Amino acid sequence: MSAASTSTRVGLSLGPVQYHWSKEKMLAFYRTIESSPVDIVYLGETVCSKRRSFRHQDWIEVAERLQAAGKEVVLSTLALLEADSELGYVRKLCNNGKFTIEANDMSAVNMLAGKTNFIGGASLNIYNPRTLNKLVGLGMIRWVMPVELSKSVLAGFQKEMPAGIESEVLGWGRLPLAYSARCYTARAHEVSKDDCANCCVEYPDGLMLSTREEESFLVINGIQTQSARVHSLVYELNDPATGPDIIRISPQSENTERVISLFDQVRGGKLGATETSHELKQYAPVGLCDGYWHGAAGMAACGGAGGP
Amino acid sequence: MELVCPAGNLPSLKAAVDNGADAVYIGFKDETNARHFAGLNFNNKQIEQGLDYARTRGTKVYVAINTYPQPDTFAKWETAVDQAAEYGVDALIVADIGVMDYASEKWPELRLHLSVQGSATSHEAVRFYAEQFGVQRAVAPRVLSVRQVASLVDHSPIPIEVFGFGSLCVMVEGRCYLSSYVTGKGPNTFGACSPASFVRWSETDSKLETRLNGVLIDSVNKDENVGYPTICKGRFRVNGKTSYAIEEPTSLNTLPILPDLLRIGVAAIKIEGRQRSPAYVANVTRVLRAAIDSCLSDPDNFLPDHAWLSELTSLSEGVQTTLGAYQREWQ
Repeated sequence: MSAASTSTRVGLSLGPVQYHWSKEKMLAFYRTIESSPVDIVYLGETVCSKRRSFRHQDWIEVAERLQAAGKEVVLSTLALLEADSELGYVRKLCNNGKFTIEANDMSAVNMLAGKTNFIGGASLNIYNPRTLNKLVGLGMIRWVMPVELSKSVLAGFQKEMPAGIESEVLGWGRLPLAYSARCYTARAHEVSKDDCANCCVEYPDGLMLSTREEESFLVINGIQTQSARVHSLVYELNDPATGPDIIRISPQSENTERVISLFDQVRGGKLGATETSHELKQYAPVGLCDGYWHGAAGMAACGGAGGP
Repeated sequence: MELVCPAGNLPSLKAAVDNGADAVYIGFKDETNARHFAGLNFNNKQIEQGLDYARTRGTKVYVAINTYPQPDTFAKWETAVDQAAEYGVDALIVADIGVMDYASEKWPELRLHLSVQGSATSHEAVRFYAEQFGVQRAVAPRVLSVRQVASLVDHSPIPIEVFGFGSLCVMVEGRCYLSSYVTGKGPNTFGACSPASFVRWSETDSKLETRLNGVLIDSVNKDENVGYPTICKGRFRVNGKTSYAIEEPTSLNTLPILPDLLRIGVAAIKIEGRQRSPAYVANVTRVLRAAIDSCLSDPDNFLPDHAWLSELTSLSEGVQTTLGAYQREWQ
């Protein structure tokens, strides 16, 4: 389904799994998603091409099952491309002929531009309406706002958004903050990336990085760095008229289904956002944040009904 | 191979020109460029003086307009593009698609270079900017190995510029929010990483601490040096061990691989450091000029001179240098 087709109902999406999970864990996770109330599921490895426990054919099989279960399925591309082999795989995804692509870097945009409609991922730098409109002209039908932008920036976009273009915002999950050539998980294991032996599979929610006074600060996830706090905008589901068309939930190793269920109940008016706050905090062991949404430091907890 | 040097003010511009820069890059005094620091950059009068000084000596001037305007602020970036175009600068260094769209429509003759902040790491990404906006050169992010740079140069429709020396961003440029996560202000939106107004240096009985908006970035004994609290160069705890978990305070130095960069066809070498002093710009420019000239005259037998290396090391963050991602072992 398309979220924009039901104008007052916010769409719920499930972002790609950011971490390296075993094949068994990944399969079991997506089986539970088949019957969950998310409308859209983004699939694929977006962080590191060396993670090969899940192969292309595995993704396509999961995609087909989720589609048969009524989900809109999108295949997401790698955010940081370095090797020619990675470019080759992005090309293969872009030419899949069946599923829409979420382009997470400009290489994917260039492969799709003018040929196939695509979704602009949060790691494309779409900071103003002129950029958005240029990409819409090349086939972008939905865009995920960069995580560091605020609700008032979204409102500025909405004034100039072409009809039918959907906006999506990360509403639950650790914030992806940076990508690097260097693998920090391998560095923590005192080996280089070429010798990583896929050690990130040991950390299904990433590896905590704390300050020297034991404040949980960032999470290392291979070449990606995330916030330690979980960004939560559950309260936006109370106010569908002014917010994004779609709210994204980013998978974590435990309790994702329950988070989806709580978000869905708030969306349906069965629960107030404040009533979910106590339970949601349990799923964010080092705390919640929502500063970016309020134009503040991303790590800040500015609050809103039921927010951090 | 062109040598592109930084200038945060008029004395630095003159230092770069006098010491052998083929081109200098500068920015306006606002958040339209990625070195938006107090007291830095050029007002209109200084730009006119700088252009005059560079032109009479045959040096090109590029203007960096390489941050990301938002819905309410786009007009400010348009003004910056118009001003630079009216001065007739040799190129704009741009990152934002909307800004490129504006510049290429309004000033079709104006040469555009894709900034490192544009985050284009593959020839497909570079091709996008070349085909859509007529961009004529791209600066590669500091995430590629030498082999990957070679492949990019081979397949790119336009020439590629790489970083040769200076402070090292270890995250892919243009997509790093570490500073904005902690302070609300980062490179993309504000034009600065770890803005000084959020930095606190404090002393305890035995320690010197640096904090960024309250977050402890490092703590050292009083007799040690402590670096500027850039998040990626701090010391943190991971798996029970305290270390530079992301990167040590260090600077990028490519002198040892200069012949490789020349051989694979890199079009230009860029020195980072518009925030540095005129003396720094003079010294680094002079060393890089000498090294490039020596390499061009006899690439097969090029060896970096000891004096050059020790001079560059003394000017480096943490008094140490690295090849960064150019060398796979670093990754």
